[in-house]
Amino acid sequence: MIELIQTYWLYFLIGQYPKGPLGGLALTVLLAGLALLLALPLGVALGLARVSPYRVIRWPVTALVFVVRGVPLLMVVFWAYFFLPSVTGVKTDQFGTMLIALVVFDGAYLAEIVRAGIRGVPKGQFESARSLGLSYAQTMRRVILPQALRHMLPSLVNQFVATIKETSLGYIIGLTEVSFIAAQINTQVFTRGTEVYLLLGLTYFVLCFGLSRFAFWLEQRLARRRDVKPLPTQPLKASA
Amino acid sequence: MPSFDIALLQHGQYHDWLLSGLWVSLLLAGLTLVFALPLAVLVALLRISPLALLRWLGAAYVEGIRNVPLLAHLLFWYFGAPELLPEAARQWLYAGNIEFASAVVALTLYTAAYMAEDIRSGIRAIPLVQFEAGRALGFGFLATMRRVILPQALRVTVPPLISQTLNLWMNTSIATVIGVAEMMYQAAKVESTSFRSVEAFAFATSAYLVVSLVITGLGAWYHHRYPVRTA
Repeated sequence: MIELIQTYWLYFLIGQYPKGPLGGLALTVLLAGLALLLALPLGVALGLARVSPYRVIRWPVTALVFVVRGVPLLMVVFWAYFFLPSVTGVKTDQFGTMLIALVVFDGAYLAEIVRAGIRGVPKGQFESARSLGLSYAQTMRRVILPQALRHMLPSLVNQFVATIKETSLGYIIGLTEVSFIAAQINTQVFTRGTEVYLLLGLTYFVLCFGLSRFAFWLEQRLARRRDVKPLPTQPLKASA
Repeated sequence: MPSFDIALLQHGQYHDWLLSGLWVSLLLAGLTLVFALPLAVLVALLRISPLALLRWLGAAYVEGIRNVPLLAHLLFWYFGAPELLPEAARQWLYAGNIEFASAVVALTLYTAAYMAEDIRSGIRAIPLVQFEAGRALGFGFLATMRRVILPQALRVTVPPLISQTLNLWMNTSIATVIGVAEMMYQAAKVESTSFRSVEAFAFATSAYLVVSLVITGLGAWYHHRYPVRTA
């Protein structure tokens, strides 16, 4: 296993870069980060639309969110892969396709996080802002969203973890992210699939576990600042 | 682009392919659910066990599985794991439907890790005094769990378990990477044979959506029928 790492670590981390396109783990992280960054404004917009007082806005967006959440990500990827070129007329590369699919998919999931965040802000906040003379938009922008987004921070980090895991589907459309690179390495060394895929799993684990611990830490910290005690985390103890 | 040809989906070869794909997807989800539930209960019990070692084992399982994408699990169980088996067992496996078997193994382990967490938080939602009362009445740890805690925990646990089932349903699509002939695989096959991509994907999308809606509806019904009682 050591010599496997020694031979392929650079390929695994960055693909053929700088001689070829960027790939490997770097591409995975880049894709996930970019997708979340672009999905965030979309998610906020969709989340606001989900709680909008106007039915014309609320209903179509609700339907859209339900449809996207009701189909697998792979389905969204396939639609993007086969139809983006015919709609836009430009041939989209695998990175672009995957990015668009992830932004749409994560946008719908973030919308629900944003909605829950807005609902989590006490109603009195909204009412007092309105009675101070702020408009609906001002209330949202200056009072509700800043509080809601802070509550959402741990969920956002968890969503980033989910997005990193989702980028692995790029494998299917031939995007050279880390799973694809692992498969390439596997075909090159051929008989050591167990080790290659174990290493792949371990890589994802270190990245995602680290991030989810960070989310947990963030949650504890925010809970402390709000002076709300987090739920006790000890397991049940059998009393003697 | 040619117009939408609904006849393609109503009869003929492509219709049969897509339907068989839907059937395989449902079978995959159903079988996984049957295997994953008992495993999830076991892992949840490990995670709340009085022994630190067992607790650690449960936590390691859950974290180890959940922080790795399902695709990597599938690749491992399909390309990696069979190499560890002795030659004879491997021959036997390759003679059978190894794609489907690997997918069931990967999906079961993956789904069980998520379900275990839901079951655990369901159990934790039951006040500790219920547990202590059970023990004080002379029930053992397992008997207290079975007769006092689990029946109450079920009401809290079933709704999140239903939404995990929804995730499982959508996750079956990823099995296409190792060549399981499920719906996504068949849709792609129809697409590449007939270039009727709109029809094929419309079928798959609506089939995923309908089953998702049924599962969501089931969750709503359960929540309405068996609301959580607060002690």
